[in-house]
Amino acid sequence: MPWLLILLPIILLFISLYIRDNVVRTYILPIAGTSHLASLLLTLWFWHQPLIVNWLNIDALGSWILIIISTLFFLLSFYAKAYLCLHQKNDNRIFIISFLIFLSLASLLAQAQHPGLIWITMEAITLATAPLIYFHHNRRSIEAIWKYLILSSVGITLAMLGTLFLAYSANIENIKGPLFFNTLINNAKLLSKIWLKTGFILSLVGYGTKIGLAPLHTWKPDVYGESPGVVSALLSGCLTTCAFLALLRIFAILVAANEGHFARQLMLSLGLFSMLWAMIFIIKQTDIKRMLAYSSVEHMGIIAVGIGFGGQAIIFALFHMAANALIKSVLFMSASNIIRCFANNKLSYINGAIRRTPISAWLFFIGFLAIAGIPPFTIFISEFNISIIAICKTHIIIWSLFLILLCGIFLAMSSTVIKIIFGKPKVNRVRNNHKDTIALTAPIIVTLFLSVIFGIWLPKSLVKMLQCAACLVDGQI
Amino acid sequence: MCNIIIVLIVLTNFGIVTANRINRIIQIVIIQGILLGLLPVTMGIWRHNHILLIVCATIITKGYLIPYLFRHATRKLKLTKELTKYISFNMSLVLCALGTGFGLFLAKRFFLINYDDYHMMIVIASTSTFFSGFILLITRKKALMQVVGYLMLENSIYLFGLILTENMPLFIEMGILLDLFVGIFLMMIVIRHITATFNSIDTRYLTELKD
Repeated sequence: MPWLLILLPIILLFISLYIRDNVVRTYILPIAGTSHLASLLLTLWFWHQPLIVNWLNIDALGSWILIIISTLFFLLSFYAKAYLCLHQKNDNRIFIISFLIFLSLASLLAQAQHPGLIWITMEAITLATAPLIYFHHNRRSIEAIWKYLILSSVGITLAMLGTLFLAYSANIENIKGPLFFNTLINNAKLLSKIWLKTGFILSLVGYGTKIGLAPLHTWKPDVYGESPGVVSALLSGCLTTCAFLALLRIFAILVAANEGHFARQLMLSLGLFSMLWAMIFIIKQTDIKRMLAYSSVEHMGIIAVGIGFGGQAIIFALFHMAANALIKSVLFMSASNIIRCFANNKLSYINGAIRRTPISAWLFFIGFLAIAGIPPFTIFISEFNISIIAICKTHIIIWSLFLILLCGIFLAMSSTVIKIIFGKPKVNRVRNNHKDTIALTAPIIVTLFLSVIFGIWLPKSLVKMLQCAACLVDGQI
Repeated sequence: MCNIIIVLIVLTNFGIVTANRINRIIQIVIIQGILLGLLPVTMGIWRHNHILLIVCATIITKGYLIPYLFRHATRKLKLTKELTKYISFNMSLVLCALGTGFGLFLAKRFFLINYDDYHMMIVIASTSTFFSGFILLITRKKALMQVVGYLMLENSIYLFGLILTENMPLFIEMGILLDLFVGIFLMMIVIRHITATFNSIDTRYLTELKD
């Protein structure tokens, strides 16, 4: 069953290579999304605790990440199909191949139980998603793909050094056998402290580059700004979740080795720094997608802060990953619709979107309110609960900084968003034939609807899965 | 014997950092790749069967395939032979030496399994290659040099991984090598597109996106 999740997209990839027609080939994406989600639900229905530790295992943390990736991919695949049909002159073969390889590798990463395997998969995901950024073949996107490749690869190399340091900390204490996470957590108290802590710092920097924590996030605005909306949604929803999984597995080893305080302090400081940096750069931001990229940096900071608080906050940080993935994709998809109708990213060209593309503009506005934390959306649950735990557990300076930064970002974003949505469209704007169609807006509405449902109610089994996943991150098995 | 190879690797770092022409750099990269491939054999861990496979794969990839990609790019895209850099030849040399010195300092501070054996020398060589890679990455103006810098970073990771070779599973080593090759292949394709768009691979043209 676990192999099915990894091989299914590859099989569909080979099928898509034989399809000549550009439009017919795009149907592969929704088929892949639906079949992957169906097989995941089937796998989880028949899941039981694995008896032996293996290279690939589905545990609670992995299955939560798999659910996020699969659901988001399912929703994005329908939008991607409509998007590719709009851009029929571009050859979409590489786009579809990259999308499917990403899904397969992300499924592999969520099930990997060895730090080396996680690293290889993470690097492969970086390389597989790179061609997606270059879909439009213009000067700006070539700069974006170059920055993405160099920054991500160098970051990932540092993460490998961190993984090797981790392995050396086990080697020095003569812990034999393939170093699965289970083995490392069981023997965590024996591991050499200095190698372990240095390894964690390097992994934090390395995987933090992929997650997008400041000051390692510099590729994010460029890449999210220049790639198609659906690609930005995929990167911000799925890729960051995968990278966080890699980081959390190593975090769990540190907590089990009684170095949890050290690790949590690092996560907390990086998280707050990311939120501060995001706030500074969202103020007076004139490009919609770059603003959303900084918002993504902010939310990664919130997740890191949640992990940094520890205890119950970890459950809500994990929930925030899913919440952020859903709402960010709403924002990116509707922003993509708006930008297409105005033919430009910049604020000076876009005004009064509510008259030109009413549905997308409303969805963008509701998405903005949702990401700021309005009930009944999912982000409200996670941010509210993380704030409560912060007030109970930490010093007044830390939680007040957290709340002030949240407010500040909302204020900074709202000025840009209101200018985009409301107002009168300029007389000399670019006029084209693009408008809101069902195919381009239905996936966004479904995603928003899902976010409302999960903001009000979560199935008991998912709640239990979240609690087990939080236990795993806390270093207990 | 293995000490000699480690010292030669550190010397190739100095060579790459101070070379002025792309052809010279590619030649030294080939030498470094072959030396890295031969290191496990001289370390005496060729008893395990899979180490020979790793040795062959490393020599072929780092000694032939990747430099072939660089040469192909240099010839096809008619890149100018002279290198442009932000800091001078002397400064690069000094920084590389400082990096190697920092490696010596680190190797003493960190607790290693056994000091008499090759572990300490490998940590020094690894840190030296690490810092040389960063010097190339940061201070060179051509995009191709950034790829060479990335290759040197990966070489430093490989060097450090040699301490753990006995415990490192085969397919992880192979996976790392494959990722490196595919990564550099992809970067070469992007460099081809950059040359087609901008008519040069000077990274000063890639500064349009900013806040």
